[in-house]
Amino acid sequence: MPKALHQLTLEEALAGLKNRDFTSHDLVSACLDQIKKYDSGIHAFLEVNDQALKEAESPRPGPLSGIPVAVKDNFLTPGLTTTASSNILKGYLPHYESTVTARLKAAGAIVIGKTNMDAWAHGSSTETSDFGATLNPWNTAHLPGGSSGGSAAAVAADMCIFAIGSETAGSIRQPAAWCGVTGFKPTYGRVSRYGVIAMASSTDSPGPLAKTAADAALVLQIIAGLDPYDATSSPRPVPDFFNNLKIKIKNLRIGLPWEYLEVMQPDTRRLVEKAADEFIRMGHQVESISLIHPKYSIGVYTVVQRSEVSSNLARYDGLRFGSPRSGFGEEAKRRIMLGTYTLSSGYYDQYYNQAQKVRTLIVDDFTRAFEKYDLIINPASPGPALKVNATLNEPMFGEMQDILVEPSSIAGLPGFSVPCGFIDGLPVSFGLIGPQFSEALVLSAARNYQQATQWHHAKPRL
Amino acid sequence: MKWQTVLGFEVHVELSTRSKMFCGCPADHFGKPPNTQTCPVCLGLPGALPVPNAKAIEWCIKLGLALGCQINLFSKFDRKNYFYPDLPKGYQISQYDLPFCHSGSLTLSSGKIIRITRVHMEEDTGKLQHAQIDGQKVSLVDFNRSGVPLVEIVTEPDFDNTDDAMEYLKEIQLIVRTLGISSADMEKGSMRLEANISVRKGGQATLPKYKIEVKNVNSFRFVKKAIEFEVVRQIEILSAGKIPVQETRGFNETTGETFTQRLKEVANEYRYFPEPDIPPLVFTKDQISVWQSELPKLPDQKRRELTALGITAEKSGMLVADPQRLSLYEQLIDHRIPSPKAAEAAINVPGNLVDNPTAVLNWISEKTAVSVDPQIIIQTVSRVINDNPKAVSDYQAGKQASLYFLVGMVRRELGNADAGQITEELKHQL
Ligand SMILES: [Zn+2]
Repeated sequence: MPKALHQLTLEEALAGLKNRDFTSHDLVSACLDQIKKYDSGIHAFLEVNDQALKEAESPRPGPLSGIPVAVKDNFLTPGLTTTASSNILKGYLPHYESTVTARLKAAGAIVIGKTNMDAWAHGSSTETSDFGATLNPWNTAHLPGGSSGGSAAAVAADMCIFAIGSETAGSIRQPAAWCGVTGFKPTYGRVSRYGVIAMASSTDSPGPLAKTAADAALVLQIIAGLDPYDATSSPRPVPDFFNNLKIKIKNLRIGLPWEYLEVMQPDTRRLVEKAADEFIRMGHQVESISLIHPKYSIGVYTVVQRSEVSSNLARYDGLRFGSPRSGFGEEAKRRIMLGTYTLSSGYYDQYYNQAQKVRTLIVDDFTRAFEKYDLIINPASPGPALKVNATLNEPMFGEMQDILVEPSSIAGLPGFSVPCGFIDGLPVSFGLIGPQFSEALVLSAARNYQQATQWHHAKPRL
Repeated sequence: MKWQTVLGFEVHVELSTRSKMFCGCPADHFGKPPNTQTCPVCLGLPGALPVPNAKAIEWCIKLGLALGCQINLFSKFDRKNYFYPDLPKGYQISQYDLPFCHSGSLTLSSGKIIRITRVHMEEDTGKLQHAQIDGQKVSLVDFNRSGVPLVEIVTEPDFDNTDDAMEYLKEIQLIVRTLGISSADMEKGSMRLEANISVRKGGQATLPKYKIEVKNVNSFRFVKKAIEFEVVRQIEILSAGKIPVQETRGFNETTGETFTQRLKEVANEYRYFPEPDIPPLVFTKDQISVWQSELPKLPDQKRRELTALGITAEKSGMLVADPQRLSLYEQLIDHRIPSPKAAEAAINVPGNLVDNPTAVLNWISEKTAVSVDPQIIIQTVSRVINDNPKAVSDYQAGKQASLYFLVGMVRRELGNADAGQITEELKHQL
């Protein structure tokens, strides 16, 4: 049976538009229908762009011309409210556009709507959204993960052709894993943060949630690269990611860190080891390696991130955005308090400084590992999607869920989350990370795996 | 018992770069309609990021070099966190433990060395305006000044008298103007003074356990008055066996008194941490030596060159402090007038002739000093001061040129009376 339009991958949709098999209007309308039919039960979107169909009538020419994209609600989009799922910014209409959405629009993409997230991206469940949780399209009794849970669910439920998320530590890869889509976190600095409501400035990285690794490469091509408005964006030239996929890679040395496998649930671990076997079958070497135990990253990440959050949220001071600081949700308040404490005089050395020292050790640990190995298998989550309400009374829920991706996040490394099986009808993914700015290699490896397997083609029954 | 004053200064200078410190908005904000020079960055809107102004950094480092500072080749920006309505991000981007410049010094005419602790870069805040709208008292915020590049120059508590302090402050203003990096105009707020004042027993080697910070004083004269008032107040408290409360005080220009503004927060409640939005800055030694070589001739060097030509130290100082008269001096030299005589003429010539060297050459040949009764000089000076309040206040705000204007006014009435004598008397009465 041929795929319905909304089920197409980005690659297929672009080919179909080019062949005039259908129009952008057809494509956008198929996705909007999908939203209309199913989003009341999933709640992936906070706002749907009521101009999308009109925009699809004469899309701007470009490499993504006429493609509907769902955008996480922490990217500023004039004309569409931007709230980061927080009551503080309820109804906020931004005055300027984020670099990522500006580049997507300039490439012809059509923003179909804004997706739900954990409020201020503080979480790994999308359950802490001030506007209600998003549910997992594979089983609505389960969470989609987070903080980019709305974007992951929208891709899984074919409500868009691809989506944009942002990751601080796990916020792309973990929801991608729980929703069975392909999520890619680029190197820190590869994609501009300008116009993205800041969570933890030193680790925030925007990136794609897509249906395939090839799609992720196409999207990354558009959004990556130096931005004069972001002093931390990298001046390195952006390689041709998509054409690079055609180069056959062989004989990769891949590390499988046992400390990471150790914290995984046994059945999820077995699927990840099967994915590793697949790489061996494809002619690569996979070896067990040892890295600093990921548990140490939780402390580092928690201190650095809370410190930055406490400062980043200071601008919502009750004077200018219409809501007093008492309007912050419980999680934001907890993080502001903890961050204020760790930066206070007398505690700075003990917490923030200490965390930065350990961060350096973790960075060095990866550097050493990448002297010997091209890539490291790094699963995004210890297990499949947890049940709704799992975050209640679990202030460290996110950190426990993201334990496996926090080390690579604080080291700023690029990483993939790629579907590799199912447990009780819920998707499971494995992850790949590479050295800084090795996006092309990570993308190629993920693409190779997807050429050899079918897991990423599976669709939830809505 | 003898008491000794202990003084240190923090001087803020707004740089006159074309754009602000971290965005592309114009930095020249004086007299512009409120909130017309703003953007997402300097308004602290969600998602906006700071991109540092390379020119401002260069100028800050050049000022540091002019003050003999060491330059940190590895430096960074930090966030200084506090809430205030004129601070849109809830933090100010400043520098904490790795300022661009540190450990400099400035030598006063007496030979005394004032240690410069640091010269660092930060951003200015917005401005609050208190107004009444429809009978309601309101506070309005103007963000035009938000994000304007600001350099802070901090000294060690090395001063023990106000004369040295005034000389230091005027010299900083002169150096900044010589570098051409700021108008350093105190009335417009592009140069702002904060004095740290305390008092100890004469002969005591350790610093007092408290210090009073006096802020927002906008002329050299008022700073002097504020210090003098504070010293008397503090001695009174200390003589009663108490210790003054550590606090920030303001200065009332009408009463000449200082008053409590706010009790000083405990040190380091600003929760400084490295600004994650701006990567650390790395400079090479070569870069620094290029900047060093680009420095213009500094006032001290110019003064030394003039005295070497036989001009008195005082007259050298007067010339160097006044770019217009210094330029006149140089033109007279070109006309083969001997240095001391050219200096004499450049200083004493009436203000309306300053930019007319030919007229000055005539003036020199005609000029014969006339001796005038000192009593008459005193009376005339006093009248001229009363008749020219604008020139008087300009002089008190640091405009040397106004002094020459006043000298000119006196001489207009007394003919070729001795300019040195008139200047002395003017300074005395002012
Ligand atoms: Zn601006």
